[in-house]
This record gives sequence, structure tokens and C-alpha cells, in this order.
Amino acid sequence: MSAAMAMDLAGERRPLLKVDRLTKHYGEQVGCEDVSFVLYPGEVIGIVGESGSGKSTLLNVLSAQMHPTTGTVDYDLRAQGPRDIFTLSEPERRKLMRTDWGIVHQNPRDGLRMNVSAGGNVGERLMAIGARHYGELRREGLDWMTKVELDTSRIDDKPKTFSGGMQQRLQIARNLVTRPRLVFMDEPTGGLDVSVQARLLDLLRGLVRELGIAAIIVTHDLAVVRLLADRLMVMRRGRVVEAGLTDQVLDDPHHPYTQLLVSSVLQV
Amino acid sequence: MTAMISVTGLTKDFVLHTQGGTVIPVFADLHLEVAAGECVCLHGPSGSGKSTLLRSLYANYKPGAGHIRVAHRGEWVDLTQAEPWQVVEVRRHSVGYVSQFLRVIPRVPALEVVAEPAKLVGIAAEEAEARAKALLTRLNIPERLWTIAPATFSGGEQQRVNIARGFVRDYPILLLDEPTASLDAANRQVVIDLILEAKARGVAIVGIFHDAEVREAVANRLFEVTAFQKSAA
Repeated sequence: MSAAMAMDLAGERRPLLKVDRLTKHYGEQVGCEDVSFVLYPGEVIGIVGESGSGKSTLLNVLSAQMHPTTGTVDYDLRAQGPRDIFTLSEPERRKLMRTDWGIVHQNPRDGLRMNVSAGGNVGERLMAIGARHYGELRREGLDWMTKVELDTSRIDDKPKTFSGGMQQRLQIARNLVTRPRLVFMDEPTGGLDVSVQARLLDLLRGLVRELGIAAIIVTHDLAVVRLLADRLMVMRRGRVVEAGLTDQVLDDPHHPYTQLLVSSVLQV
Repeated sequence: MTAMISVTGLTKDFVLHTQGGTVIPVFADLHLEVAAGECVCLHGPSGSGKSTLLRSLYANYKPGAGHIRVAHRGEWVDLTQAEPWQVVEVRRHSVGYVSQFLRVIPRVPALEVVAEPAKLVGIAAEEAEARAKALLTRLNIPERLWTIAPATFSGGEQQRVNIARGFVRDYPILLLDEPTASLDAANRQVVIDLILEAKARGVAIVGIFHDAEVREAVANRLFEVTAFQKSAA
């Protein structure tokens, strides 16, 4: 590739998130150790590994829900360009988390207000950034319920009357309504039936592509990353042991642990 | 003749860590050049490394040494050195791959499966769907199946959906892994015609064709992968 072309490509591809030697210790225990990677706009990256491998710790630090022991996470803020998220003031951080970021929790109860109507759940982030017009909020609520395939007649019902799959879809709508540029997902299909999982995955795949959202998805399910992620990081004992294109890592794994992980999946 | 693929010094071993670190050498110091409008048939017995080479050309497998350069928008990209996002770009625009088996995505209808690669490079939805419909018709997939996800299709129907998906975009480079394996004579002929038309447009094709009739109809030359096997002795 010529230098001119390389520059051109570098010019149009500015990292959204730059993670540098991120480490989190819990006392003597290692949460995650020396993790570095770059995420570009619209890119979906999967983090896989067994329980205790540090993948949830990594997600919590990346999404500023936890402070790292050492290392930096630079995020390309809309107004001011790359900033280390751990140097943001509390109001700046809160604003980022409810506008430009989305966080989809494994358990919808952690991400929804269970005593507020479905429409209210979808509208909350919009109100946080200044939307006040009731008709407008209602319209967005209905629109997003349709997008995530929820029955719009349930807009005034509380999520505690919804099934697990419906709650998870509502949580996704609640997060995507502000058109975030980056969404963090922790086992988004975790507690769901297989048939519901497929529907949710297909929905996520469509939305992520249609809206050009970048995402970081933590899961132990290799089928989930095969379907959703462009790139994959395999974690073990807090460290990234193998990373690359999703199909490359899954079809031609090099690290002993990745080989074990891939060969342990039952074929159906 | 314009070279579209240039493979030099390619070496691939598999190391099976879960089986005591067994090393399976596949090929070593392999060289291959493919020009525009040419169809090269990878040849050799089962297990000789044909699929491994084909998958390496798509950056699905990671070779241990050597270079795989492919023409991408007027430049060479070395797939053994490229960043993941570059590989995604190359696959989107320059290199198509028709695998033996369709990877079925839940709930996505056949027509959408076929039209998707065209939409991903910015072709308007109606145009992409028109092309998809034309290909599905040519490959004898009945219209009543177009709106159904291919999970329940027969092996031959799935393979034809997969072929339509590979030809919906005019990739400058096309990799074909046994595209006619489970097809009847009539559909085999359609695939032969599609390959010949692609060659006439200048597409560089590398394929594995076990069927002698297909091979004779489409291949300009055979490439013996066994010639690059590491001799055990």
C-alpha cells in the first residue's frame, strides 16, 4: 500500500476508543492485566473467556463503572476529541454514559426502572438530554418499541409484567434511543431461552449494522460473537491470550486455551 | 495479464495443543499467482491442503510464514500483515468466498441473505434485491422460498443460496470451495455458466472442483498443492 493511501485511510479512521495497558487488581487478585486495543467507529468487538477470566472486570473498567489500577482509556468525545475517561468530572462522565454510550446489563433489572412504564424507560435518556415535549417522547417510545419488536399496546405497562426476553429488548431500546456511538453489553443473551436468544441476536445484529454503532460484547457464548463481532479477544486469567478477526480466531485458533475453548463447544 | 493474487513463500502448519502439541505440516514455501480472467483449480487428494490454501487466501486461516497479496482498489494488500479492519474491507469489496456450507442466520430470509453483500458496498436496496431475485431465479430457487430463512432448506438449496450470495456482487477475486458438490446436473450447468461469465468479466477465480466435468469446463490450469508438501523424509 502506498504511503499516500495509508495516510488517507488513517485520516478517515480515527479511533473511537483507545485502551492502553489497562490493569485492575483487587488487592492481590488480578482482575485484568495489561490489556491494550483500539476500537474504531462502527466496529463490534467480542470478549470471550470462561468465568473468572476477567472479561466482566474489563468491561466494567472500560465503561467507567470502575477505576483501573493502572492504564488509560481514551474516548473520542464528540465535542473535544480524545480524553482519558478517568479524568472526566462526574457530570461529564454521567453525561457521556447517558448520551453517547449505552450499557446493556446481563440482568435487565439492573438496566431498567422496573416501576416506571415501558414508554417512560425509553424516554428517560431523552429527557436527561433535554427532551420535554410529551408527544415527541411518546412517539419515540412507540417507534423504539416497534424497532425492538415489542407490542406497542404495552407502552404504559411496567417492565416487571414483561417476560425476560421482552425486558432485554426494552433495555436495548432504552439504550439506543439516544443513538449512542458505543454500546457495552454484558452477556446480552445470558438468561434467555434459546429461541428468544436467536431473536434478540438477530435484532441486535440488524440494529448495530443499521445505526453503525460500535459495541463491546462480553460473553462466554462463541455463537454470539460469531454472529455479532468483527473482532474477538480471548481472555484467560485476566490477560488477552489471543485476538484477531472473529472467524480467524474461531476457525484457526493458535493459543492452547483458545483451541480448548473452541473444541469444547458441542456441535448441534 | 494483470495479476490479482500473488502468494509467495507461504507455509502453514497446524499445532494441536489439545492433542499433545502434535504438529501437522500442510504446505511450505508455496508460490501461486492468479491473473484477472483466469480460473485456477486447486488439485490433489483429500487432506492435501486445498481448503487450507483457499481459506488462507480469504484470511480465514493464519499462515505461519509467507505473503498473500491481493489486488484491492488498485493497491496490493498483504493479508498476512493486514489489520483486521483492512481484511474486513478487502472481503467487502475485493474478495468473495463461496463456502461449502451456508452459515444460516436465524430469521434472515433467503432473499436478504443473498442481497446483503451488495447492500454492504452501498448498492441501493432495490437494485441489490433485483440482482438477488435474478440469481435465485437462475439457480431454480422457487419464489415461495425467498421470504423464508434458509435454515429449513435442503443441502442443495442452501448451497444455491450460498452461490447466489457469492455472485450478487461483482468481486474482482472469487474463491469457490466445491460450489457444485450437492447440485443436480441442471443446477451444475448454471454454476458453470456463472463462473464462465465471471471469467469473461475478468474475475480472478481460485476454486476446488471435485467434479471432473465442472473442472474441465471452467479451469484454465490445475494447481497441485501436494507439490509444496514438506517431505517427511
